[in-house]
Amino acid sequence: MSKSNFTRRGLLKTGAVTGAGLALPTYLAAQESYLNAPTGASVTLGFNVPQSGPYADEGADELRAYELAVEHLNGTGADNGMLETFSSKALEGNGILGKEVKYVTGDTQTKSDAARASAKSMIEKDGAIMITGGSSSGVAVAVQALCQEAGVIFMAGLTHSNDTTGKDRKANGFRHFFNSYMSGAALAPVLAANYGTDRKAYHLTADYNWGYTTEEAVRASTEAMGWETVAAVKTPLTQTDFSSYIAPVLQSGADTLVLNHYGGNMVNSLTNAVQFGLRDKQVNGKDFQIVVPLYSRLMAKGAGANVKGIFGSTNWHWSLQDDASKAFVKSFGTKYGFPPSQAAHTCYVQAILYADAVQRAGSFAPCAVVEALEGFEFDGMGNGPTLYRAEDHQCFKDVLVVKGKENPTSEFDLLEIVEVTPMEQVMYAPDHPQMGGADASLGSCNNGA
Amino acid sequence: MEAIILQILNGLDKGSAYALIALGLTLIFGTLGVVNFAHGALFMIGAFCAVTLSRILTASYTVIDESQTDFLGNPLKVDMPYVHDWFGQATGDAIIDWAVPLSILFAIPVMMLIGVIMERGLIKHFYNRPHADQILVTFGLAIVLQEVIKYYYGANPIPTPAPEAFDGSFDFGAMLGFDPNMIIYPYWRIIYFVFAAIIIGGVFAFLQFTTFGMVVRAGMADRDTVKLLGINIDRRFTIMFGLAAAVAGLAGVMYTPINSPNYHMGMDFLVLSFVVVVVGGMGSLPGAVLAGFLLGILESFASMGAVLEILPGLNQIIIYLVAIIILLTRPRGLMGRKGVMED
Repeated sequence: MSKSNFTRRGLLKTGAVTGAGLALPTYLAAQESYLNAPTGASVTLGFNVPQSGPYADEGADELRAYELAVEHLNGTGADNGMLETFSSKALEGNGILGKEVKYVTGDTQTKSDAARASAKSMIEKDGAIMITGGSSSGVAVAVQALCQEAGVIFMAGLTHSNDTTGKDRKANGFRHFFNSYMSGAALAPVLAANYGTDRKAYHLTADYNWGYTTEEAVRASTEAMGWETVAAVKTPLTQTDFSSYIAPVLQSGADTLVLNHYGGNMVNSLTNAVQFGLRDKQVNGKDFQIVVPLYSRLMAKGAGANVKGIFGSTNWHWSLQDDASKAFVKSFGTKYGFPPSQAAHTCYVQAILYADAVQRAGSFAPCAVVEALEGFEFDGMGNGPTLYRAEDHQCFKDVLVVKGKENPTSEFDLLEIVEVTPMEQVMYAPDHPQMGGADASLGSCNNGA
Repeated sequence: MEAIILQILNGLDKGSAYALIALGLTLIFGTLGVVNFAHGALFMIGAFCAVTLSRILTASYTVIDESQTDFLGNPLKVDMPYVHDWFGQATGDAIIDWAVPLSILFAIPVMMLIGVIMERGLIKHFYNRPHADQILVTFGLAIVLQEVIKYYYGANPIPTPAPEAFDGSFDFGAMLGFDPNMIIYPYWRIIYFVFAAIIIGGVFAFLQFTTFGMVVRAGMADRDTVKLLGINIDRRFTIMFGLAAAVAGLAGVMYTPINSPNYHMGMDFLVLSFVVVVVGGMGSLPGAVLAGFLLGILESFASMGAVLEILPGLNQIIIYLVAIIILLTRPRGLMGRKGVMED
């Protein structure tokens, strides 16, 4: 004969405990329903930079900047860098939302598939809640798409193609760095002022996404100033000797050569063009000129004296004299012994902006971070007043037009700032044809849960 | 007409680099029967010999210049090259300016030593192994060498300019009666072509007119018989490996003003040089030189705007297209020995 233990009191107790047990996960899910929600005393960020391959030096500088940002976020650095000058005062130097910031790193190798694999590994194995970094637009677009699918935030590093926040924009992705359109818009008036409005330009363009958008942007802005484009020739990305592309330039009747090249391509094509003596020639009664739309100090170093007097644009330069830039240069320079590159600057800023957005949102949930960053206006990060535009997640700020310095005083002193182009001059509509037109859309943010 | 002359000139200097690297490759294959995928790395190391000598010549001590500040606002540290103290400002600057030509003297013993160490230390163990094994081990060695260089010199290209006397370009157009500026060519590239011709001629003369060269050629034709005659052919082949390394290294030294050297430059040339060797005929020295110049000129023509308008992308495939045609119609290559690559 069996004896039943059921009592009214016991039933109520069991029911209450079971109910609470069932309700708890629902409550927790409502609070933390996103991928890689930090549960302990720390939060993990993923720094995905080129640690091998041709952009390894740029990647090393990005990593230095991230390490500095982590020190500043955790309050363990020798100083507080740009946290002192940043207009938002949400961060307190005790991590993000009180959680210590830890990080893992991945090697993009400047290859889209390798970059996606390393980002995936950091998200899935290391629990990274945000991925940032990179030195190439191909990589940025690929990793941004991965982060969108996975449901984490992507804070792009050095990527200049229009497409990153143009036709390939994503709700979970944000870019602080400027883009091809802005380079064209900033450069054209300076070129017209220095070289006149009656010029015949010959474009050599790297045969990949970034090259196309840069050529399109520079052509559109210079042609609007009165220049004529006499030829635009695609060059293979793997090309090392550009002599066969440069030799016909003078025969074309062009008096200006625009090198839509970056990295090793830029170093080699510019070196080859100067070797050919193009800059010593007179064509159409004018001195022959060369233009490099996107400059990088690290790359300019590779081209040596060949950059002297050549115009280009850049996102930021260590010689800026605003308080924020000086604070960053001091912090970075004291720690590492040399001034930061523009890649280091944009990566540092992206890490701080992400942390600040989380702090202001009060949550690491990607959709909350997206909301906090969209339309965010800030200052004190080295570029003057800046807007993170809601429609495309592109930062709008002043753009620097620079020129290769004639008499450098050190190996870092290669570029001089010619003009700080105001933000208004480089603004465009979110549905601008160069940015994917009306079809371009961010889609919906993804929390990944 | 101007465009054609210009592309022929382009092809000649491009072909010079291909020919110099391919010459060493085919020399190693012809003597030792080894397919050396580390040969591009030897070209790269040669270029870094120039970088190294340039750094040695610009070795400096620092003095504090109180009148200037660095990026942190501290008094500027100014580098003062030792050569200025030793030879005076003008002579010191001239020595630094001529670093690349001086590197030729530096690179010859260094590259020969590296070649001999490479052959004795690693490659000799793979003489009797299949070509696939040789390719794997030498390719691995190439990657190791380039990573070593990257560790010490970084990933960025390092500017290594030619002496100032060779800045600018020569106006062939004006000389040939065309309009000025229509056919210009940089002085240094002309020098590169002449230098390559001298090196190639020197190697041929060495093999053709010296007893050592005669023995090597005999060894290439019938190694066993030469051994039976009591000649230590292996030692001579080791020296030939060193010579091939030196040729690749010199090609690299003189190439540095054309393109700033970086750790990856050897790989950029390696595949092209193998195609050159295959087209010229494995083991054929004249074939390597002929194919080097032929493919260099073809590549230049394929890069012409007029050609690309009709056949876009031809510049990227022309060399491989030629290689396919040659391998289909004449597997031994243009000047290869009968039987080689035909079985």
